[in-house]
Amino acid sequence: MGSYIVRRLLQAVPILIGITLLTFFIMQLAPGNPMQTMINPKIPLSEMQKVQEELGFNKPVIYQYFNWLKEILQGNLGYTIKTGQPVTQLILERLPATLLLTCTAFLLSFVIGIPLGVYSALHRNKTPDYVLTVVSLVGISIPSFFFGLGLIFLFALKLGWFPTSGMKTIGKDLTGFALYIDYAKHIILPASVLALPTVAVVMRFTRSSLLEVFSMDFIRTAHAKGLSKSVVIFKHALRNALIPVITIFGLSIPFLFGGAYITEHIFNWPGMGSLGISSIVGREYPVIMALNLFTSILVLAGNLIADISYAWADPRIRYS
Amino acid sequence: MSDNLLEIKELSTGFFTEDGFLPALDKVSLTLKKGETLGVVGESGSGKSLTSLSVMNLIPTPGKAVGGEILFKGKNLLQLGEEQMRAIRGNEISMIFQEPMTSLNPVYSVGEQIMEVLRLHQQLDKKVARAKTIDMLRLVGIPSPEKRVDDYPHQLSGGMRQRVMIAMALSCQPDLLIADEPTTALDVTTQAQILDLMLDLKERLQTSILLITHDLGVIAEAADHVAVMYAGKVVEYAEVKRFFREPLHPYSQGLMNSIPTLEQTRERLQVIRGVVPTLQQMPKGCRFCTRCDEKQTLCEEEAPPLIGYQGSQVSCWKYTERWEPSPR
Repeated sequence: MGSYIVRRLLQAVPILIGITLLTFFIMQLAPGNPMQTMINPKIPLSEMQKVQEELGFNKPVIYQYFNWLKEILQGNLGYTIKTGQPVTQLILERLPATLLLTCTAFLLSFVIGIPLGVYSALHRNKTPDYVLTVVSLVGISIPSFFFGLGLIFLFALKLGWFPTSGMKTIGKDLTGFALYIDYAKHIILPASVLALPTVAVVMRFTRSSLLEVFSMDFIRTAHAKGLSKSVVIFKHALRNALIPVITIFGLSIPFLFGGAYITEHIFNWPGMGSLGISSIVGREYPVIMALNLFTSILVLAGNLIADISYAWADPRIRYS
Repeated sequence: MSDNLLEIKELSTGFFTEDGFLPALDKVSLTLKKGETLGVVGESGSGKSLTSLSVMNLIPTPGKAVGGEILFKGKNLLQLGEEQMRAIRGNEISMIFQEPMTSLNPVYSVGEQIMEVLRLHQQLDKKVARAKTIDMLRLVGIPSPEKRVDDYPHQLSGGMRQRVMIAMALSCQPDLLIADEPTTALDVTTQAQILDLMLDLKERLQTSILLITHDLGVIAEAADHVAVMYAGKVVEYAEVKRFFREPLHPYSQGLMNSIPTLEQTRERLQVIRGVVPTLQQMPKGCRFCTRCDEKQTLCEEEAPPLIGYQGSQVSCWKYTERWEPSPR
């Protein structure tokens, strides 16, 4: 197992290099450049070229890429073009908020999705199952900006239960438990928006996986042993049924971080997603690259964790 | 009465489908005496497995027992509630299945799966249950059971898994073991070993066996009595030696004739012509009449009852007074 993990980590290095290479070039293909967003358009072209030379943007792209790579390997994510702030610092400031949001959404997805899937499977082809099928279809199809605005309209504006945006109440000096309550109130709406599609997918997956397991011979054996229905369902069927759900677990990590871009924007959540959007608009290449690198590492880590979880959940799977 | 462990009386089981009710078992009656092995033989779809699942009250939906009685130690199992039935399953009546490859849960060790039965029915604590599990594994002939107890099903061969199933089924010393085609999925040498093991343990643990099979060879080797089922009915019930000497029902005779022997030099296998009628097109009279060479008008119009004949029971008009001797 240990050597398997080491091998997977080594494999990740060329993959990461490939990803950064691709994103670096794609980014350069996009129209516009950082100078246009920071310099007054009335400034003469010669001045603009001077700034460009100072920043090194007149060099060939491949040269720029290796320059960037050299710095990365030394642990330097670069500096923002406009303010010269270190990118590492910028990201570390935003990371906790994003982690809080995505982890909450991740937990919600499985804590809500799995029980609903089980419920749906147990009531197969009856009214509750049909209702949940429609709900999950809507959950997968509805765009998050629309769902988010709907929630804000209903729960924040009409009912006033939750705040419309932000991560905590500004101007209030809360401590201890009251602070957690404040965070919780702020996170409910964005986390729900972010979790909804994953809840729907987890629910459908759990349902079909469980129904498949129900028809297997060892379930009949379990009944023949005299076990109660709930032991058969939760001990014998569910553990087998959840093995394929681990795949969703791995896939949902990049999905949630990607979804955070839009959700954070809607709810003005001070995380990496909103940083990402403003960086793309401002053509802040170093920030975009750093965020990309971070997300790629997350995706690879998510896949690795999913593969390790398989071996943990299913004794038939062993890596060597 | 007292020496009858299991008595199935006129059991009717069927499926409630969109096309209406389909009678899969029609008034099946069987008797199993204490300490005996009753072989139930028939082709696919004859209702053998459904009979055994009816005894366990585990008929898959939309199936349901609609009539008759299943008396086990004098209690009618069909009238028991789910709770009472669960206390019997795995404890007084156990079952082993045809597919050892898929009948064990892949994510739990075999020891865990056997211990589960012991802890459920005998309220043993973990340590005692584990010790007893190892004893059971040794009893069914699994080598180094102290190590094998922590193995997962995929680490064992088909024969070993069936041994585990037998260990699991017998762990609470049930009065009745239902073996639904226990050797069908195994290769021939393993078949003989498993069959010998079952017969040996039956003697040692005083368990009666209801042995479901389509293999007359298994019946000849293991059973004391045999019941032949055809299309959801018992057509013949006889003591096993007598049955092999002189099968009474035309269907039983057909089955015997289709066994190839080494002496025969015929090139074609003898078969029973035609196929089993489906549940939707079951004939009104005798269910075998569409394939019977001796049928008379009576057979097509009225179903023959199961009657006693020279110590056996047979469901054929041939052995009644209403049969018209063929003119020749």
